[in-house]
Amino acid sequence: MSKKNRRLVYLLILLLMSGTGITFILYGLKNHIVYFVTPSDPITPKTFVRLGGMVKKGSLVRSTDGAHFSFIVTDGKADLKVSYTGLVPDLFREEQGVVAEGKLNNTVFQATRILAKHDENYMPREVTKALEEKGYKVPQVSSSSTIASTQTK
Amino acid sequence: MIYKILHNLIKPSFILSVYPKLIGAGSVLGLSLLIYGLYLAFWNSPADYQQGETVRIMYIHVPASWWALSTYAVMTVLSFIGILRRIDLCHYLTKALAPTGLCFTFISLTTGSIWGKPTWGTWWEWDARLTSMLILLFIYIGYISFINAFDQKLKGLRMGALLILVGAFNLPIIKWSVNWWNTLHQPAGIIQFNRSSSVHPSMLKPLIIMALAFVCYGFVLTLINFKYELQKLKANSLGDKLTAG
Repeated sequence: MSKKNRRLVYLLILLLMSGTGITFILYGLKNHIVYFVTPSDPITPKTFVRLGGMVKKGSLVRSTDGAHFSFIVTDGKADLKVSYTGLVPDLFREEQGVVAEGKLNNTVFQATRILAKHDENYMPREVTKALEEKGYKVPQVSSSSTIASTQTK
Repeated sequence: MIYKILHNLIKPSFILSVYPKLIGAGSVLGLSLLIYGLYLAFWNSPADYQQGETVRIMYIHVPASWWALSTYAVMTVLSFIGILRRIDLCHYLTKALAPTGLCFTFISLTTGSIWGKPTWGTWWEWDARLTSMLILLFIYIGYISFINAFDQKLKGLRMGALLILVGAFNLPIIKWSVNWWNTLHQPAGIIQFNRSSSVHPSMLKPLIIMALAFVCYGFVLTLINFKYELQKLKANSLGDKLTAG
């Protein structure tokens, strides 16, 4: 075998071995690499976990002092009620992605931290107005007008 | 034929005459594109419907991330060819590319962190995309330190090439981590295979201009490094000839 071909074989073996090794490591650590679980996944009660999904439309209830939030996280298949006291990021709103850190207490998820997740769509504000005129619903950022929005159900 | 072109590329006369012109032209082009791109990014493009003005960090963060990955991809190809065909020039070019990649990765991580705080609500999270980008930073730093740790320079460069090859598996992980696992970082929007870009055209334009500006910057920086490596090589070989007597 020529020197060049031998080097090629060594290189390919190196790449194959490293690739296989890394794939096995990642596959084995799969449960730890996922950043959050969804409401459909089984959640161990009273254990710290990150819950991710979308805030269900019409489910957000905010207290009059603005500090306490109650909403439902959904992944399209299952729902989970979340309760949280504290600050939320600006992008947090209904029909928007959210990641809640906390523990599951009976049927309510007690969150200690809320992160907003946004999608990959970038659009100017003027375009959203044009879309809404045509009848497409574009989720609006709920700014500081939510302090008094205590919804009664 | 390729060897002839490569040989011409590294002739001292070529280096002294053409490289400075390329560096000059690249700098002028890059600077103009950067000024135009920043103008578009901060004055002449719309705010996002969700994020408002914060979206403007995207025009720095996204091109930097693209080139951080692309530089590493080029380094991987060069390292493979360099080891397979025993072309040492590839290793010198890889060494010249490394600081550029390191800069872009650093810019990507810091601008990403600054962007994350107002939008997501956190400076940093250990999700797959962010962690693998941090690993890329460590690989760049590791490579630069590694090649300088050898007494024989060429041996260090060849070993470094192997390091680059093994680290190349990080690249698909970075790219597809947002598709494979649940992450905080959103999935890819700009380059899509089966649908149009999820970024509005008015926002795509500053992005492309900034990407071109960054590639000019990377080109100039790499060329400066490469010129230095070549001139050092010539100086050393000249010194060896003089002292061999």
